[in-house]
Amino acid sequence: MGPYILKRLISAIPVLLGITVIVFLIMAMIPGDPATAILGSYATPENVEKLNRDLGLDKPLISRYFIWLGNMLTGDFGRSFSLNRPVLDEILERFNATLILAGTAFVICSFFGILAGVISAARQYGFADKAITFVVLIGISVPSFFLGMMMILLFSVNLRWLPVSGMYAIYGGGDLADLARHLVMPAVALAVVATGVIARLSRSAMLEVLRQDFIRTARAKGVREGRVLYGHALRAAMVSIIPVLGIQAGFVLSGSVFIEIVFQWPGVGRMLVDAILTRDLLLVQGGVVFVAACYVLFNICVDVAQSLLDPRIKT
Amino acid sequence: MMFLRLLFRNRLAAMGAIVLAIILILVLAIPILPLQDPDVIKTSDRFLKPFSDGHLLGTDHLGRDLLARLLHGTRLSLAVGIFAALIAATIGSAVGIVAGYFGGRIDNVIMRGIDMLMAFPYILLALAIVAALGPGLMNALIAVAAVNIPFFARNIRGITVGLAGREFIDAARLSGMGHGRIILTELLPNVLSTIVIAMSTTVGWMILETAGLSFLGLGSQPPQADLGSMLGEARSALITNPHTSIIPGIMIFLIVMSINLLGDGVRDALDPRLRSGALSRPRAKTIVDRKGEVPADDGKGLLNLQSLDTQFHVSNRVYRAVNDVSLFVNRGECLGIIGESGSGKSVTALSVMGLVASPPGVVTGGAVRYEGEDLLAAPYESLREKRGNKVAYIFQDPLSTLHPLYRVGDQLMEAIQVHHKVTDAEAKQRAIELLMSVRIPNAESRIRNYPHEMSGGMRQRVGIAMALANDPDVIIADEPTTALDVTVQAQILALLDDLRRERGLAIVFITHDFGVVAQLCDRVAVMYGGRIVEEGTTTDILDHPAHPYTKRLMDCVPELGGGKRALAAIPGLPPMVSDLPPGCAFAPRCDKATEACRKGEIALSGSETRAVRCIHPEEEIA
Repeated sequence: MGPYILKRLISAIPVLLGITVIVFLIMAMIPGDPATAILGSYATPENVEKLNRDLGLDKPLISRYFIWLGNMLTGDFGRSFSLNRPVLDEILERFNATLILAGTAFVICSFFGILAGVISAARQYGFADKAITFVVLIGISVPSFFLGMMMILLFSVNLRWLPVSGMYAIYGGGDLADLARHLVMPAVALAVVATGVIARLSRSAMLEVLRQDFIRTARAKGVREGRVLYGHALRAAMVSIIPVLGIQAGFVLSGSVFIEIVFQWPGVGRMLVDAILTRDLLLVQGGVVFVAACYVLFNICVDVAQSLLDPRIKT
Repeated sequence: MMFLRLLFRNRLAAMGAIVLAIILILVLAIPILPLQDPDVIKTSDRFLKPFSDGHLLGTDHLGRDLLARLLHGTRLSLAVGIFAALIAATIGSAVGIVAGYFGGRIDNVIMRGIDMLMAFPYILLALAIVAALGPGLMNALIAVAAVNIPFFARNIRGITVGLAGREFIDAARLSGMGHGRIILTELLPNVLSTIVIAMSTTVGWMILETAGLSFLGLGSQPPQADLGSMLGEARSALITNPHTSIIPGIMIFLIVMSINLLGDGVRDALDPRLRSGALSRPRAKTIVDRKGEVPADDGKGLLNLQSLDTQFHVSNRVYRAVNDVSLFVNRGECLGIIGESGSGKSVTALSVMGLVASPPGVVTGGAVRYEGEDLLAAPYESLREKRGNKVAYIFQDPLSTLHPLYRVGDQLMEAIQVHHKVTDAEAKQRAIELLMSVRIPNAESRIRNYPHEMSGGMRQRVGIAMALANDPDVIIADEPTTALDVTVQAQILALLDDLRRERGLAIVFITHDFGVVAQLCDRVAVMYGGRIVEEGTTTDILDHPAHPYTKRLMDCVPELGGGKRALAAIPGLPPMVSDLPPGCAFAPRCDKATEACRKGEIALSGSETRAVRCIHPEEEIA
């Protein structure tokens, strides 16, 4: 197992480098002079020249890339001018909140998605299957930000069950129960679409597996139907479900941008949108690279989980 | 036309098409509808509720007419989404075709790049692009199109790689066509349906994604508004005036849902694999729907099949896989069932314990008696208790019949523990003994193997060990040696023979190999077209085959050291059991067939131990 993890980690290096190249190239596409953009009305020729020198913008593209990369490797993501603090500090502080939100949503969509898919397959063409298929159809068509707003209307404004927004209550609170109360709605709103996608896929993966010969063998042995479904069939279906969980984790992470805006959640997504609107490009650049790198590492975990589940994968 | 008919047979897809059509018609009719100017601000009329005078859907925070804004916004959202989908499809498909067609280095470089792009959570990439280009609807469109390019490139490349190696592409190349022409005239038409499927499934996302970017304030800029930015602007008044949020939100939902429904329909109609509707799951027990009387117990054998009928109902066709089959087997006896593939021998065997995949399989008549009890009438739980415990199966091809993800030891232990309350340690000990009894060396370490780590012969022995786990009374072996080489085959047959002598097992042995029958079986039944055409003791059948089919079948078998002899293949094909001719099913392939053979029911005649279903038997049976 150890060597396999190491191998996957090493194979992630070119992907991580590729990510930095892509982000760097996108940022280099910026039309006009970034220094002028940053300085705005303070853009006297001297100031522009000084800032260009400070930011290293007077050097050729390639050396600028390597300087930027080298700085990042030493933990220097640059300084956000709009917040006047190091980019990495801001990201780390925000990422915690995003991780709580997206992580919870990921657990919700994985659990309920697989559960719904398996039930749906087990009761194919029955009432439960039809009901689940219908709910899933609605779920994957609702924009998460609209769903979030409707949840606020229902649960916060009308029923007054849950707080409207934020991560902690301003007065009091701050404990785990307070966090949970704030977390419920955004996490659910974020999870809905992914739950639907996972449910659909799990259903078809289960139906595919249930037609296999080894399921007939299990039945011929006299294995109880519950265990045939939730043991033999689900175990085999997980082989095709797990990669989809990895992909959906990316969608959940993406979707957290919208949910963080709707629920005023102090995460990386909201930071990125604010940074784009204030044209704080170093913050955007750093934030995108950081989150993408985390996602790459997460996908390695998915691969490792897959190899633990499926002994046919050479480790 | 076929495509449209399939599409509209799908009721949900048709519903999606109708909703989408209504939205499109409304949006296209904007110039002729009596709408107000969507951008006229009248602050005195702000936040009017729906159904107020002059404003059917009310007004927004600046007093602008919501109906007009909704329709204009819908038009903009649809246009941007569809346009983004077209750009992504065009560029993505072009990249995919180039990578797939040229292959090698070019493919490698392009696909590495695509992999990198796919490593991003995709909205993040879109945000980076918008950050660089600046907020604006056009830039949001570019960003959304760009992040969806990898999806198309990947899909289309996959298809193209498959096509690029095909003969017609080689032919085009040899005839001197240039790369450009080959791609445009030979490849593109063949990948077009895939592109359409990919587009129909993604255009919904792209509308949603652009709406999302506008919602964040990064897409369309005021006063211009698509549905996303309408929702974004309304958010600050969510609590006081929810209608301004709900109206555009529901519109996005309707658009995306109708496109999703339609997209699913398009995919189902174009993807032939799903079209067959074959993806229904087999139940725990074959459906039993007996039309006639249940035959009375005639007391024969330990396992006794009486006039069994098993059919497959696929759409409107009925396949009569097993037709009035009666068989029995005694303790310590081995009954062979022999026939070509498709003769119904496996379905007969699976019918015994309700293991015929159902749907589409249905048992429509007869009885299966184990110690006199009719298993077809038995409730599921009582049947399940007998499966593997009283009547066990050995299947063909143990690579697909053993669970690929469980260790063989665990699979053996499970077989024991479903029927006996024993501890894991005891079950494990028993599993090792079982493996040793089927002569697997190093059984203690072999139980930790996965099926794919074993050879075919080993796996087959595991299959046999599993069948023996609970010391059953009957073993039904469905071609357990077909996939094996002859030496292993001989060992396994010897093993089964020992077991039946030692333990008094009754064996039903299904095969198409007379050599195996001669070695192992006491009695043989020959099946053709779902019916038994001849039965008798092994010596009788081998020495004096009575049915022309049996004789012809034996003439196909080469004999070692038998001298030179013409091997006579049987001309023609076994009949389709959905369309059996009247009279003898073998008549069309039989050189002795006469008019009488082609009409009416021909009965199985003879004694209980020797019978044949033929008007012109090769030899009169005793």
